[in-house]
Amino acid sequence: MSFPISPPLSRRLLLLAPLAGAGLGCAAALELLFRMRQGTYDPRGLPSALIGGSLPDFALPGISLAEGGVPSEVTSAQMQAAHRPALLNFFASWCVPCVEEVPVLMQLKASGVPIYGIAYKDKPAATTEFLHRNGNPYSLIGSDRTGEVAIDFGLYGVPETYVVDAGCIVRLRCAGAINMATVRDSILPSLKAHL
Amino acid sequence: VRRAALCFTLPLLLFAAGASAVSDPREMLLNRPDELRAEALGRQLRCLVCQNESIEASDADLARDLRHIIRDHVKAGESDRKITDWMVVRYGTFIRLRPPFDAQTLLLWLAPVLALATGAAGVLLLRRRNPESPPPLTGEERGRLAHLIGCRSLEDNRDVSR
Repeated sequence: MSFPISPPLSRRLLLLAPLAGAGLGCAAALELLFRMRQGTYDPRGLPSALIGGSLPDFALPGISLAEGGVPSEVTSAQMQAAHRPALLNFFASWCVPCVEEVPVLMQLKASGVPIYGIAYKDKPAATTEFLHRNGNPYSLIGSDRTGEVAIDFGLYGVPETYVVDAGCIVRLRCAGAINMATVRDSILPSLKAHL
Repeated sequence: VRRAALCFTLPLLLFAAGASAVSDPREMLLNRPDELRAEALGRQLRCLVCQNESIEASDADLARDLRHIIRDHVKAGESDRKITDWMVVRYGTFIRLRPPFDAQTLLLWLAPVLALATGAAGVLLLRRRNPESPPPLTGEERGRLAHLIGCRSLEDNRDVSR
């Protein structure tokens, strides 16, 4: 009986297959690490269960920044009645990334996007002070002292920003502070796609 | 005296915190079966902040709020299924530590079966590949072998085979 000096091709392929698989796995892991550094991949990021569904109903006491202004209620019905795409932003005066994203929200406001704000677990006085200090990008501000409305939205931290279309369908959720890149790559395309 | 009291109560408090995940006894329901049901439900739900702890084990504010909500629903006499669904509507199936069996989690649930099947297939394949052990040497072959390597033991066996 004679043995071939080199193993048959199928044997070699069998040996190569796991190696190739491991190589592919490494490449994928490196890609994820790279995207994490770029900020385009968040391993702890969660998809929102609300996407494609209608805006949860809410009615919150409002916060008025005007001197002696009477705060009116802020409701989901108001957003529905507006019939135009808008942003809904959960923030808090005690939240550091919220300060960071105010200039970005201000720029969005300047470009004509209506932004509704909901102060999450915040004292109205503290919210007012926060907005006087950092600027007020919101057309209406509601106060969610208990955080119950936030739970209806599936919120898991502040800030969170939701894109809501003209029919009040939730189209996008950005968890964490938004920046110019988020606006350019996610928020504006989403607003345009669902005019 | 105050220090001594602290020394005594601190370990006690720490132990209590370890024994019961819910840090504040005021959170607990007075009705024991209800409380146990709420705890069992909470252990099956993921804390969205910590992501690898259940809301029953987590110290996060959001987990505490969700524990309250569970207890409100339990007190209202809602079924486990209904309470879990309430959570899933808001937070998605990710909130369930035991994911449901559906198209998205098919691979996850079938992974052990797949791994076992792959292993079994591998074993079967290897068995089939390996040729059967060759037939025993004939006497003539033994003789030649013994001659070639001069091995005594084989020499000794020669007469047996002949």
